[in-house]
Amino acid sequence: MLREITLGQYYQAESVIHKLDPRVKLSGTLIYIVSLFCVKGIAGLAVATAFLFLVIKISKVPFRFMVKGLKAILILMLITGVFNLFLTPGEPLVRFWIFKITAEGIKNALIMIIRLSYLILGTSIMTLTTTPNQLTDGMEKALTPLGKIGVPVHAVAMMMSIALRFIPILIEETDKIMKAQMARGADFESGNLLKRVKNMIPLLVPLFISAFRRADDLAMAMEARCYHGGSGRTKMKPLHYEKRDGFSYLFLLLYFSLVILCRIWLPWPQ
Amino acid sequence: MSIILDKVNYVYSADTSDRIQALKDINLELKDGQFIGVIGHTGSGKSTLVQHLNGLMKATSGAIYFNGRDIYEEDYNLRELRSKVGLVFQYPEHQLFETTIFDDVSFGPKNQNLSKEEAGLRAFEALRSVGLPEELYYQSPFDLSGGQKRRVAIAGVLAMRPEVLILDEPTAGLDPAGRDEILDLVARMHKERGITVILVSHSMEDVAKYVERIIVMNQGSVMLDGTPRDVFAHYRELEVVGLAAPQVTYLMHELREHGIMVDTGATTIEEARATLLEALMGLDAGRRDIYLEGNHA
Repeated sequence: MLREITLGQYYQAESVIHKLDPRVKLSGTLIYIVSLFCVKGIAGLAVATAFLFLVIKISKVPFRFMVKGLKAILILMLITGVFNLFLTPGEPLVRFWIFKITAEGIKNALIMIIRLSYLILGTSIMTLTTTPNQLTDGMEKALTPLGKIGVPVHAVAMMMSIALRFIPILIEETDKIMKAQMARGADFESGNLLKRVKNMIPLLVPLFISAFRRADDLAMAMEARCYHGGSGRTKMKPLHYEKRDGFSYLFLLLYFSLVILCRIWLPWPQ
Repeated sequence: MSIILDKVNYVYSADTSDRIQALKDINLELKDGQFIGVIGHTGSGKSTLVQHLNGLMKATSGAIYFNGRDIYEEDYNLRELRSKVGLVFQYPEHQLFETTIFDDVSFGPKNQNLSKEEAGLRAFEALRSVGLPEELYYQSPFDLSGGQKRRVAIAGVLAMRPEVLILDEPTAGLDPAGRDEILDLVARMHKERGITVILVSHSMEDVAKYVERIIVMNQGSVMLDGTPRDVFAHYRELEVVGLAAPQVTYLMHELREHGIMVDTGATTIEEARATLLEALMGLDAGRRDIYLEGNHA
């Protein structure tokens, strides 16, 4: 059950996308998210779709792996869809009891669902092709200028990489504790909400204890290796831009201007 | 009555690039009342194997029968199975959660829907049988030493009165004294209660002393299955897969190569002493003196 979360999981493969500088992927994801909210009309949507599937193709990550990430937000998509479907004012198409469905409602619901799933797919590409460490490295490097105005960039990046690093460990730990308690007859799957919450106690108490213990151990291990924050710390693998990174930036620029152009020249249907 | 595994296969993350076949065509019969050791190095599939026995993991293909019934049948009660096949995990102290030791041990029996009194009674009985001092029963389990925590965790499973007790590396992370205590405790459980005990370990030494049957796992399949004597006779093959027979086996083989006719099947120190004495008595007086003198030197 816990193995199904793809967000934040790296998929090992040999592809150009995997090799790109994390900064490119970060800004690329950001641009893609912004572009999704700029899209207007069928032409723009087609461009965004083509871009998304092209990148997925290049990344060599199996498509069904990406779709797994969508399952997690299925409920959210349904709720958004239903709300948009019924609550958008406009010319009613169908009417029953107190509900009415409008043409605008159908359009809004569709757009919202497409936008949400593209958002998840787009960010999944980044997290599936970039290791958490590369990601925080990229973020640290990209945000370094902020250090000049007193933002603790290194500390934040370090906290993020540790937090990310601990997600799989804690998931594994949860899995283990769950099994151990199930071996003693614990039941995590049935009963009403209150009972289920109560049934979580045998899982949460050992999990918290182990998380604190791990945090203590890690702090000790870092101090033992003379960790003292960011100043003067060098990287084992410093980030350098390569040719392919330049091309990717160009490609991103091209994509984004296409979306904007579509918005200006072909904003049909609204 | 027994547990039978019929062509059990298990595959981790089947549809990804890091697909691992953890179990390959496992066929086993685990008879009632046996004391079985499951041995293999890290990643050999031994933990995966035992987690199948109480239905915590579901085989990708194959069938498991407990007391003649297929545990993958639709209406099979897996919770009941888990109370009959008690599984104690590696580092069991990580699962303690209650405010007192007594409450923690009662967790299992309470989940069996027993009355409060009955659950308490079983917890009490289990705590006594693992030999925890009585004045500790109402203290927090988090204040105990490593060995004591492990006893409490074993008691937590024993309190459900299982027919089969499985211990996954019960001595991991304990010092030699703690290790012997836990293993002696398990051996006593087996003798007194007559329950089936399955001991998972990567240490031959630990297992050789206690069990009557050894199953050696390697890369997801059963490599050897037999009495300690039979299994250790293949000590060269064991070395190839990164396992070692007990020190005694090596010593016996070496002695034999030097012409002392000891029984190479000896697996424990006691057996070794017996056969060594016998062999030395068989030598003519002159040679015996040479060996004994050599020993003294």
